[in-house]
Amino acid sequence: MITLDSFKPHESGKVLRIQGDGAIQQRLLEMGVVDGADVEVVRFAPLGDPMEIFVRGFHLTLRKSEAALVEMQR
Amino acid sequence: MSQTVALVGNPNVGKTAVFNALTGLHQHTGNYAGVTVERKHGTVRQGGASVDLIDLPGAYSLSARSPDEIILADVLLGLREDAAPVMGLLIVVDASNLERNLFFVSQLLDLDKPSIIALNMMDIARRRNIAIRTEALEAALGVPVVPLCARTGEGIAELKTALLGLCSGQAGAQTPLPQRHEAAAKALAAVLETHRHVLGRVVPAIEALRILVDRESYAEKRLIGRLGADFQDTIERYREEARSNGKSLAAEESRARYAWVQSVMADAVERPSTRTKSRSERIDNLLTHRFFGTLFFVGLMLLIFQTIYSWAGPLMDLVDGGIGSLGERVGGLLPGGMLQSLVVDGIFAGVGGVLVFLPQILLLSLFIALLEDCGYMSRAAFLMDRLLGWCGLSGQSFIPMLSSFACAVPGILATRTINNRRDRFTTILVAPLMSCSARLPVYLIMIAAFIPEHSILGGLIGIQAMALFLMYSVGVLVAVPTAWILKKTLFKGPKPPFILEMPSYKVPQAMTVGRKVYYEGKEFLSRAGTLIFAVTILVWALAYFPHSSTIAGQYEAERTQLLQSSVEGEARELALADVNDRENGAYLRYSFLGQFGNFVEPVFHPLGWDWRIATATIASFPAREIIVATLGTLFNLGSDEDEASLTLLETLKAATWPDGRPLFNIAVAFSIMVFFALCAQCSATLITIKRETGQWRWPVLTFVYMTGLAYVCACITYQTLHFAGLGG
Repeated sequence: MITLDSFKPHESGKVLRIQGDGAIQQRLLEMGVVDGADVEVVRFAPLGDPMEIFVRGFHLTLRKSEAALVEMQR
Repeated sequence: MSQTVALVGNPNVGKTAVFNALTGLHQHTGNYAGVTVERKHGTVRQGGASVDLIDLPGAYSLSARSPDEIILADVLLGLREDAAPVMGLLIVVDASNLERNLFFVSQLLDLDKPSIIALNMMDIARRRNIAIRTEALEAALGVPVVPLCARTGEGIAELKTALLGLCSGQAGAQTPLPQRHEAAAKALAAVLETHRHVLGRVVPAIEALRILVDRESYAEKRLIGRLGADFQDTIERYREEARSNGKSLAAEESRARYAWVQSVMADAVERPSTRTKSRSERIDNLLTHRFFGTLFFVGLMLLIFQTIYSWAGPLMDLVDGGIGSLGERVGGLLPGGMLQSLVVDGIFAGVGGVLVFLPQILLLSLFIALLEDCGYMSRAAFLMDRLLGWCGLSGQSFIPMLSSFACAVPGILATRTINNRRDRFTTILVAPLMSCSARLPVYLIMIAAFIPEHSILGGLIGIQAMALFLMYSVGVLVAVPTAWILKKTLFKGPKPPFILEMPSYKVPQAMTVGRKVYYEGKEFLSRAGTLIFAVTILVWALAYFPHSSTIAGQYEAERTQLLQSSVEGEARELALADVNDRENGAYLRYSFLGQFGNFVEPVFHPLGWDWRIATATIASFPAREIIVATLGTLFNLGSDEDEASLTLLETLKAATWPDGRPLFNIAVAFSIMVFFALCAQCSATLITIKRETGQWRWPVLTFVYMTGLAYVCACITYQTLHFAGLGG
């Protein structure tokens, strides 16, 4: 199982599913990180966390701990 | 009576620009009762018709968890008594970022109200070669779509026309949601109908759906609060009924809505097949770059600091001088005595001392408004999140903390951009620890008087400058563990998500920025005019009364004697001034405040202070910068001393204990500075905390913990330095 936090900059893939059911997961879903969505990792912050992704035509930043909830398919 | 239309949309879609363009100057701002969510409404006029437009907080969905989202959902559902029922929706969307915007549109259209879509930022969409067919979009959404660019005014007239005919229009298309969700929501609504005498209203199916899908949301908690904890089981039962194949309800709903969005997009929008880097992305390659981005950030912060620190100086002098000369002029018109003292020493000196900060507040608000409006704020949060994570906060706390180095008041106001309540309150509680500009006079005078002018490393670093830097570090060094402890105790809870949109950069709009700065200035002035004013008069009264006539008689006799003596010319003037100064000092010493100072002197002995330092410190609780004036009065000088004043420096150096030992030394100077660095001596800050948190317990807690820390740390400082031989 691969999760989004393990992706490198410029690497992209499809969302398989989001683990769990709570406020964090719902915020990710509302932002368009829904199963089937294409996601590209843009960069990591200077200290390695958080990360910036490109999804559904806009840029989103999230922590690695949150990205770890997103199961991906390369 | 005009009908009310709600202005809604995602954050960063130019909602404020649309609101300003539509209402012009016909708008009012305030707060919703009990919360600090800004309440903005205005009137849109065209011909003889008008519509009342209410600007609701930007949000990504109707799931209500933050104060902003709760207000949004409640106003739309007609649950707030301080907002008129909403008859229609004006939904602003970003044409260059339609996909995610349409997710919220899908939820809003389900509210079944007449709606219009304002397709904003058409200029950016065109530049990115995104082609939107308006008619196709209208057909898919079932409501009018008006393409526009609020910044240039393109399409605003058409939007106005559409808006005035809105309430007779129709509701838009409904998103097909999973069958089981809708059925469970209807069933829950039916159950709630039987509880309507307890709830006092009927809960619509759409609200029931949010209760089911949004776990631990405000709507759910409110319902449990009304119907008791047992009702949780009922909710869980319907959740189970709605669930199919074990997937979470939120995931199912989002998938259904995004599927609908994609079908809408397929009909109406054509995006370039190859992704080219937009201008905003090219800027970000630099501004969030590992090295250059950090460098730019540090440079920007230095620039803000520099501006607030030195460039605000001339403006502050202007305000200070203006108030000073006005006070003198008004004082000159008044007969001497109590009234004159109240006006000049009390009102003008006290309120003036606070008004001096207006230029700093305005400049800082200008910077914050510019950074917010151009989109840099989320980049700053991105860069700083990790660093602040070490003390349990998120990147969003950085700007408020930095602002607090100028003044905690705008810093606390800046916490409004933090969406998690626990993070926001922690930031508010530690922000006053940052060394604000009002502490600077205290540092300057103590360092100039008692820290030797040596330099080390071959003249590269002066000891005095190092002492100043040390004082600035004290606040930060204390804030880190304080925030950490607060996050582990009072504001304990799961780490809030840091899921933030990085909006495209745009040129800040003068009207949006100007309004924010004006609003901050107005707020600050109204505070200075009310509570600070009252506190100032109270302290003046305590320092003035009883103003015994025995003292007056004694010094009057001395003056008469002097006038009859052979002393002439300049020497006589000097001698007279000396008598006046000593008279003022005596009044203060025997005033209620002075008596209190004498009474509490033993408490401050461990800090190395005498009654004069104690009194001056206590008198500066309304605003710490008062200390310089009070020390002047107390050490028998006029109460008009400036921090650069040589005479005050000399007097402080010459001050002694009754037994002749010098009063001040390095240990005492540092104990005073440490006390001022940590103590909550600022009524403006405490009142702002009350306003922003809505409860008195938070300013009280801030006051108690900061004052306690100040005392303990000042005591440790003095005792340590004294032990090290610097106290003699």
